Amino acid sequence: MTIASVNVRPRSGSAVSGFWPVLRRMVSRPSGAIGLGLTLFNVVVAIAAPLLTSYDPATPNADTINLAPSFEHWMGTDSLGRDVYTRVIYGGQLAMMVTACAVAIAVTWGGLVGILLGVIGGRTDEIAMRFVDAMLSIPWLLFLLLMVSIIGGGAWIVVPILGFFYGISIIRISRAAALQVSARDFVTAARARGESLWAVVTREVFPNVADILLVEGAMQWSWMLLAFSSLSFLGFGAAPPTPDWGLMIASERSLLAIAPWSVLWPCFALSTLIVGINLTADALGKALGVDRAREKPT
Amino acid sequence: MLRTILRRFGFAAFTIVFVSGVVFVSVEALPGDVCTAFFQRYAQGPRLERCIEEQGLKNPAIERYALWISGAFQGDLGTSLKKRRPISDLLAERFRNTVLLASAAAAIGIPLALVFGFWAGVRRDKPADLVVSTVAMLAMTIPEFVTASVLMFVFAISLNWFPAVTIVPPTASIADLLPNIILPVVVLAFVMTAHILRMTRASVIEVMTSDFIQMARLKGVPPRQLFWRHLAPSALIPAVNVIALTIAWLLGGVVIIEQVFNYPGVGNLMLQAIYDRDLPLVQAIALIFAMIYIVANLLADIAMVILDPRIRTAKETR
Repeated sequence: MTIASVNVRPRSGSAVSGFWPVLRRMVSRPSGAIGLGLTLFNVVVAIAAPLLTSYDPATPNADTINLAPSFEHWMGTDSLGRDVYTRVIYGGQLAMMVTACAVAIAVTWGGLVGILLGVIGGRTDEIAMRFVDAMLSIPWLLFLLLMVSIIGGGAWIVVPILGFFYGISIIRISRAAALQVSARDFVTAARARGESLWAVVTREVFPNVADILLVEGAMQWSWMLLAFSSLSFLGFGAAPPTPDWGLMIASERSLLAIAPWSVLWPCFALSTLIVGINLTADALGKALGVDRAREKPT
Repeated sequence: MLRTILRRFGFAAFTIVFVSGVVFVSVEALPGDVCTAFFQRYAQGPRLERCIEEQGLKNPAIERYALWISGAFQGDLGTSLKKRRPISDLLAERFRNTVLLASAAAAIGIPLALVFGFWAGVRRDKPADLVVSTVAMLAMTIPEFVTASVLMFVFAISLNWFPAVTIVPPTASIADLLPNIILPVVVLAFVMTAHILRMTRASVIEVMTSDFIQMARLKGVPPRQLFWRHLAPSALIPAVNVIALTIAWLLGGVVIIEQVFNYPGVGNLMLQAIYDRDLPLVQAIALIFAMIYIVANLLADIAMVILDPRIRTAKETR
């Protein structure tokens, strides 16, 4: 594949830069405004959760088991008598923190390795990319399950696993972007000046691929939330009695016929967060002029 | 063309070796071994020794890896620690069920995805495209277990049309399985459709904006002919690739869907094995899933090379 054919960023004239212009561009489309709204709403609710309820999310109450929605419990109560509304507003905290840390790890290591490979190029790059492609041919859930079955589950244990695995797909993106950048004159100039590899990577190439990494990180955040909540659902993420949407759905699922509210509300909340982040990432990509339409989610 | 195909084969072989290495080494890296992991704090005395004997853990790791891989190609995947049966027997009875589920979903999902993908692509940014793309985006991003739980609530509990969970044994006849399969198939087909549709749409849009379509339009080719003669063949080729990848990629999703509906397939078996800390069984299933994925990938690549004249006649760049 020649360098010219790696077209991560078509030089469209529509791209903008700067925080406010980008934000304005993002909310100018309905999908971006909805996405950003959903994401911010979820983050604010998760942070302000203790102020929004008078119940405790973890303490069981034998007197209020499986109550239908009412004025006291307006999303009903679950099989241990806990207020579903309270658990739903607390339910995103752990997942958001865990996946945010994992995204930070993934973008850091994936971005760094990808840029290095793109700048160094040659044989090293070619061989390394074979391994990257091979790793990416393991279906995501299988890899996570294999790791979890060996290391054991737990919300914070899966952070390095998620960070490592999702970093691999970031390597591809950042490498392709870095390849494109490092073919340009200012990088050649920096090399000719005798700048060190590290200086070329951090000062010349990184600023030019940072927007791609940002968009990719945002997109990976939504896939990681999907992965983490799936792991929680299967019993390898959050541990009881932590309020966590995936775990709540798993543990109340058998009572779907009797107390559907304790399953459907977490389903709704989880969906709004993932869809919100996904739309936000998409809008961010469009505002920054980063084309990621033809990619498969990993 | 032959060289391209041979290179794809070479890469597939490399990937199988690498992925199986990852599966094997990650278990080797565990403190202790599969037997101590299985027995946990009861790992002592004759029981442990018998297990170590049976699993052949006294041999060096390289030798065990070679035995494991050569066994796998001959259909011998070792013995399950928990079920104390050959893994290949356990897999055989489950595999049919998963294939039934996946092929039913593919039979519904692929035509649907192609039709709607082309429809949305041709009507890019019109209301029809917005509706189709939004539904696809929702299907892709909302976790399978959420979709499954909601559908289960609507169709199994509120409307009572289908059974909510499967309660037939893995060896039940296909006729017994059929009513149980409808909801899982709908969920799987929904997700599958969304992935293929998105790719088909992107590929249609790319072809639509290409020079030769513009040229054909300027020449005055009628729309029907433009679609069937010029647009469809070029846009379908990437779709073929994506279909193979998506189906194999969704094997991951199968694990969750089978768990939700308690459907007796391979994914369900894998989760049981993880809960039982039965690592040889986990390794075997991970290897099989990865191999299916790699082979599907290879077939798709070869199909691409054969179908696409641009690749077929292209000179090797390296």
